[in-house]
Amino acid sequence: MAEYLIKNGFVFDPVTGVKGDRKDVAIRDGKIVDSVSSSAKVYDASGKTVMAGAVEVHAHVAGPKVNEGRNYRPEDKLFGTRVKDSKDTRMTGGFSIPTTFKTGYSYAKMGYTVVMEAAMPPLYARHVHEEMRDTPIIDQGAFPVFGNNWFVLEYLKNNELENTAAYIAWLLRASKGYAVKVVNPGGTEAWAWGLNCLSVNDPVPYFDITPAQIVKGLIEANEYLGLPHSIHIHANNLGNPGNFQTTLDTFKLAEGYKANNKFGREQTMHHTHVQFHSYGGDNWGNFESKADAIMDYVNANPNLTIDTGNVTLDETTTMTADGPFEHHLTELNHLKWANVDVELETAAGIVPYVYSPDIKVCAIQWAIGLELALLAKDPMRCFITTDHPNAGPFTRYPRIMKWLMSKESRDERLNTFKHADKVISSTLLAGLDREISFYELAQMTRAGPAKALGLAGTYGGLAPGMDADVVVYDINPEGPFTGDDIERAFTDASYVIKTGVPVVQDGRVISNGNKRTLWVDAKVNENAQVMRDVEEKFLKYYSVSLKNYEVQGHHYIPNPYAIEVDATSEV
Amino acid sequence: MAKTVTDVICPFCGTLCDDLEVQVSDDGTKILEVYNACAIGAEKFLHSQAKDRITRPRMQQEDGSYKEVSYDDAVEYTAQMLAKAKKPLMYGWSSTSCEAQSVGHELAEAVGGVVDNTATVCHGSSLIAIQDVGIPSCTLGEVKNRADLVVFWGCNPSHAHPRHLSRYSIFPRGFFTGKGHKGRKMIVVDPRNTDTMKMADVGLQLEQGRDYELLSALRVAFRGEDLPDVVAGIPKERIYEAAEMMKNARFGVIFFGMGVTQSLGKNHNIDIAIMVTKDLNEFTKFSIIAMRGHYNVTGSGAVLGWQFGFPFATDLSRGFARYNPGETTSNDLLRRDECDAVFVLGSDPGAHFPISSVKKIAHLPSVAVDPHITPTTEISKLHVPVAFVGVEVGGCCYRMDNVPIESRKVVEPPEGMMTDTDFLARVRDRVVELKAQAPVGTQSTAEAQGA
Repeated sequence: MAEYLIKNGFVFDPVTGVKGDRKDVAIRDGKIVDSVSSSAKVYDASGKTVMAGAVEVHAHVAGPKVNEGRNYRPEDKLFGTRVKDSKDTRMTGGFSIPTTFKTGYSYAKMGYTVVMEAAMPPLYARHVHEEMRDTPIIDQGAFPVFGNNWFVLEYLKNNELENTAAYIAWLLRASKGYAVKVVNPGGTEAWAWGLNCLSVNDPVPYFDITPAQIVKGLIEANEYLGLPHSIHIHANNLGNPGNFQTTLDTFKLAEGYKANNKFGREQTMHHTHVQFHSYGGDNWGNFESKADAIMDYVNANPNLTIDTGNVTLDETTTMTADGPFEHHLTELNHLKWANVDVELETAAGIVPYVYSPDIKVCAIQWAIGLELALLAKDPMRCFITTDHPNAGPFTRYPRIMKWLMSKESRDERLNTFKHADKVISSTLLAGLDREISFYELAQMTRAGPAKALGLAGTYGGLAPGMDADVVVYDINPEGPFTGDDIERAFTDASYVIKTGVPVVQDGRVISNGNKRTLWVDAKVNENAQVMRDVEEKFLKYYSVSLKNYEVQGHHYIPNPYAIEVDATSEV
Repeated sequence: MAKTVTDVICPFCGTLCDDLEVQVSDDGTKILEVYNACAIGAEKFLHSQAKDRITRPRMQQEDGSYKEVSYDDAVEYTAQMLAKAKKPLMYGWSSTSCEAQSVGHELAEAVGGVVDNTATVCHGSSLIAIQDVGIPSCTLGEVKNRADLVVFWGCNPSHAHPRHLSRYSIFPRGFFTGKGHKGRKMIVVDPRNTDTMKMADVGLQLEQGRDYELLSALRVAFRGEDLPDVVAGIPKERIYEAAEMMKNARFGVIFFGMGVTQSLGKNHNIDIAIMVTKDLNEFTKFSIIAMRGHYNVTGSGAVLGWQFGFPFATDLSRGFARYNPGETTSNDLLRRDECDAVFVLGSDPGAHFPISSVKKIAHLPSVAVDPHITPTTEISKLHVPVAFVGVEVGGCCYRMDNVPIESRKVVEPPEGMMTDTDFLARVRDRVVELKAQAPVGTQSTAEAQGA
């Protein structure tokens, strides 16, 4: 019986409503409990901050495009290579696209214990799972992409909701996926012919369906199944001046739907990396922030959650299933372009990018990301991400926290941009005085994302019965502290326990932990038509056979954590 | 009676066909017949049935003869060799599973070795070009469903990837390509009049070593600029004709092989071939795909990528991963006498490296892990035969377009034979033991820096 007692820290936990009280956190056999025996191992957290393990809702950390990024950017290893923490840890390397071992260790050191891989091409699911297996400590799940999938396009064109749902359930099982991801709905299929869909009403070539129909259909199917997470969308028209209108159009598609699930999730749409979707103006010259218009809508509509996609002002590697966008980007910055179109399913592109503080647009993007979080009225519905590695590497989270929690720190950055005047006049940031509190931070990085993912009963909180993911940060929330103290404390946690096992102490990894792979096992009525369609498509159009498609076995998922959903109904 | 195993993956080339059917004796010990495979693939399965197959490790004696040893002895010899070495070369990895590669990398990390795969003498130059300029690509199913123009440049799939044309690139009828080969144009560029060239709509038989010039001329032609009368031995009219065909394709793809990766110009040829592809995306949709050779060389690059960040030539001897082709590549290490032991698994450098490198291997402590007797096993001090991956043991393999497929076990290996993964895991565990008891001063550089 393994018992731990984290004593006397300042505890912040939105699940139990604790706001910085000095409390003990007790752990027995991997779970949070009310109390432990006197033989428990005690960690003295006096003067320090205690939170649940953080939950990453959206990052590209495993799979074919991440790995192509690693392999085609040897230069990225110049920035992030470190010697080993101990003889029991593996070699690490890379900055914006770290190796799997570095990914696991870096997240754990920051106190993250759950990380969702944001885009899994189903045909490459084995690759995603092999990488997640080699990412130590953190629990992970992956979102298969559905928004350009031929089955989905065909079923939704014919308004076949049950078939769409049955296919989603089948593909979640085949790919061992966690949620329904939608990237540039319809636009990525159009990209297979070198085209795109830039609004929710642009028809998809050949399939003759609009992005709006795809999104609405997938919301309906998602709620029909009662999946733990809502659809997780990256809307059309990412990255372009004036795109906030497309984003609002996309948000509105979720109006009128009600969340149907047993996991306590309330939203019917999660929109990711909203920073990239909140642009005004109609060219790069009059490019400006529309974070206010976006957040007015988000604040008024509780059926929506978002994550920010904060620009960190680093050299990074962009990668997305939004194939046409990456082509657009390489035309813009002329850096090396990788692309993969995936039969019947999706595509992906990769382009390195330098977010320079000397470039006006980059600085405005930086401001927009912060504005979104600072304008959020409900921190339980707005989560901090960098859309790693697209707006910056996840290892910069502590710096974003600094900017969000210290007005002084972000003003110092804002006022020293090369084009500070233009940036200030195109954004709202200078006028925002809010400083995110420790409690709000715990909402934005723990309880909020866990609830949106349908994992509120397990992760993101310190209530008895929940998984014992507990982090101690070396910072006294009663102060005094500077912005840099915040960044330092959240970079290297003093102590991290993951499912009851100490994994980090004083910023060093001490154990490879007990990593699990989350996936959703949705049961639906037998559906002969969908199975016939699946067989036909594999016979005629896929380049692998149906029997060689499903991801199975210990090599890929040595420690599965299947979440069961029953969507069968009486016939 | 016999039973048939279906949907079998062929562990031969990067085409990684997954529709083979293998007839197996009832007791699951013998392969009787192989269906759907090409001649090379079928031979790979049938060769595992050879009566004279080596089933136990053998140590070369001073007089050149072999003495059978136990697997225990083989593990001990290999572990001792690697643990003592300062910078062992650990080469191959392309004809084995990702599981084995993964364990091999743990071993390499423990001994501070250099991990290099067959790309080093094959598509390594392509990987370098991709690091320079990126790569617009697609899966083979996209080619099947959409491509109406297919270019084969410096490759001869009719012989080297025999089922490529029928499964993916020329003959199949896909979703938007219902007419099969009748709806596809085929351009072949090669100095030889190969069997693939004979099928082409447009065959450009260029002067040997002039690929860069011809690719450059295409870029000129795309832009409508003037060309000299003849480039690389091809009259300009034919170059303009090919350029127009490529620009007017609905979905085009270039497949390229060793004819361009290892001939004059090397990675620069691939650089410009990729830029040709990028140019074409201004007009239409175009992709480019490397015709990878070994069935899992792509997997080796993938596993190395996510574990260390580089696709080949990865030097772990300093306690962190380094990559510098020309320095950390196998032949350069061997010829500069930089490695003091050689471990080969899943490849045959004895047959494919320059003789100067092969001689170096012959003079170093060396272990070759391979189901077959090969030129490499013949010059190695220890030959460890193992079960055939994809025949006698399963495991994950990556196709030439990076699609991972789980290969199948169809028969039992001969009794008592180890698999790659088992052997590597035992050597790894033994090395960890040896390192733990090693006296001060004998630890590898990796350990010194890692501690």
